[in-house]
Amino acid sequence: MAQNYYQKEIETMPIEEMKKLQSEKLVKQVKHVYENVPYYKSLMDEKGVTPDDIKSIDDLHKLPFLTKADLRDAYPYGLLAKPLEDCVRLHSTSGTTGRRVVAFYTQHDVDLWDDCCARAIVAVGGSKKDVCQVAYGYGLFTGGFGLNGGAHKVGCLTLPMSSGNTERQIQFMTDLQATILCCTPSYAAYIGEALKEQGYKPEDIPLKAGIFGAEPWTEEMRQSIQDTLGIKAYDIYGLTESTGPGVAFECSEQTGMHVNEDHFFAEIIDPDTGEVLPEGSKGELVFTSLDKEAFPLLRYRTRDICVLSREKCSCGRTLIKMAKPMGRTDDMLIIRGVNVFPSQIETVLLKEGYEPNYQIVVDRVNNNDTFEVNVEMTADKFTDKVSDILAMEKSLAGAMKIMLGINPTVHLVAPKSIARSEGKAVRVIDKRKLV
Amino acid sequence: MAIKQLTVFVENKQGTVVSITDTLAKNNINLRALSIAETQDFGILRLIVNDEAAAEKILSETGYLIKMTDVVGVKIGDAPGKLTAALKVLDENDINVDYLYAFMARTEKHAYVVLRVEDNCKAEGILEDAGFHLITKEDIDKI
Ligand SMILES: [Zn+2]
Repeated sequence: MAQNYYQKEIETMPIEEMKKLQSEKLVKQVKHVYENVPYYKSLMDEKGVTPDDIKSIDDLHKLPFLTKADLRDAYPYGLLAKPLEDCVRLHSTSGTTGRRVVAFYTQHDVDLWDDCCARAIVAVGGSKKDVCQVAYGYGLFTGGFGLNGGAHKVGCLTLPMSSGNTERQIQFMTDLQATILCCTPSYAAYIGEALKEQGYKPEDIPLKAGIFGAEPWTEEMRQSIQDTLGIKAYDIYGLTESTGPGVAFECSEQTGMHVNEDHFFAEIIDPDTGEVLPEGSKGELVFTSLDKEAFPLLRYRTRDICVLSREKCSCGRTLIKMAKPMGRTDDMLIIRGVNVFPSQIETVLLKEGYEPNYQIVVDRVNNNDTFEVNVEMTADKFTDKVSDILAMEKSLAGAMKIMLGINPTVHLVAPKSIARSEGKAVRVIDKRKLV
Repeated sequence: MAIKQLTVFVENKQGTVVSITDTLAKNNINLRALSIAETQDFGILRLIVNDEAAAEKILSETGYLIKMTDVVGVKIGDAPGKLTAALKVLDENDINVDYLYAFMARTEKHAYVVLRVEDNCKAEGILEDAGFHLITKEDIDKI
């Protein structure tokens, strides 16, 4: 694909220049926050840091972290850095636990967010000639408005469909020849199945690309969406606390997402110690908003576990790349000193042809961690020979060892035998916590 | 020629086997033979029944993993050394027996042995040539 950029100068900026730009923005931003957000000022005071200590991006590690708990404590206005009369928009997280998180935007903030989404659309080959169907929810959720703003900036004909009503989605997609679809990956898969049921073949579907985010998805899922819809499927990353989708976006290479690091500086830290880890290490992703005005979070801990890398990308962008998050710090298990994420087990199972119906059981016996994975047997793998099934258990354990670095004991169990609570399977039983 | 064996994946949980035989009995399916191979994690229940299609349907609907397997059935005279003779002839012809189980006839003075091998036709040929009587679906119905 011939490369196009929405903001070429930024997206292909030499690294040293980018660092200078980030430093200038950070120095200004820390002053702005210190003077306008008493909540964060007190965190800095506690740590004995003043704006004068922050002279470049290299000083970022001196600043205190913000967590989801801080956002809840400061609800609703505690982290607001601009007078309300300067704000033009509010978005909110769905807030399944505890209080909602609300984020405020000035016009400047909306503009830079739209720019980020525009970069994502252009990176997948989008231009003003495209018809962009936005099937993310519009409302407090950031998905719909974010991609809508980006599509406007690019100059696409934007179809503000919002999510749901699949019949209507398909009608607009086919009647108006939509070329780019933006929605969650699960909804993309759902639309794909519906099209297939109606007899559409991939080549009859006008779409050429999709930008899918807001929930975790696997490479297998990407492949299946690409095959059903006859498109290239791209990942996009974001969080309401930072701005929404577009914090990072995938390019034609489809090997991780470029971070819009002129606006959002990414760090990887050790989730236990808070220490910044060198590039290429796996750890918790932390974002600092370098130039947002109304809701500028400094060193916000996302709880997403991922890896950053600055290897040269074939698309020509110099922006640092983040891997697809491997899990959440909340889900992370430490077994025999190794970080294990349930999502990794799931990946292995799908790759080996099993259903992702599994349960991890961890215990401690004689001061050693035991690590067992129960996997439901499938109809097409079942044989009448014990030796075959034992070999299957062994080979699954081997595949998991390659993925995780430690060896589990795998037990194949009867279908639907793994305990489910309210329809959702209980994925992890950690008996170590009980003692 | 081969006979049909129902193979059921069972959990190593008390009562599982009883619940399977109970389900079959309630549906008027007669068990001819039954064997269980157990490991620490799971069991594999192998059944010979009078109506395997009906049994397969009922057990699948109840949620069990079922596989229909072709096995060789052979009639063995009720005298010492007969089974050994059958196994010997297979071994001499490089036929590997994955597993076997035996059951007694109710009336006749015969034992029956079920053999699981890779190549049923070959094993059957060898056994017949050596003078053994193979059992068929009809024999099962009469047992
Ligand atoms: Zn790239």
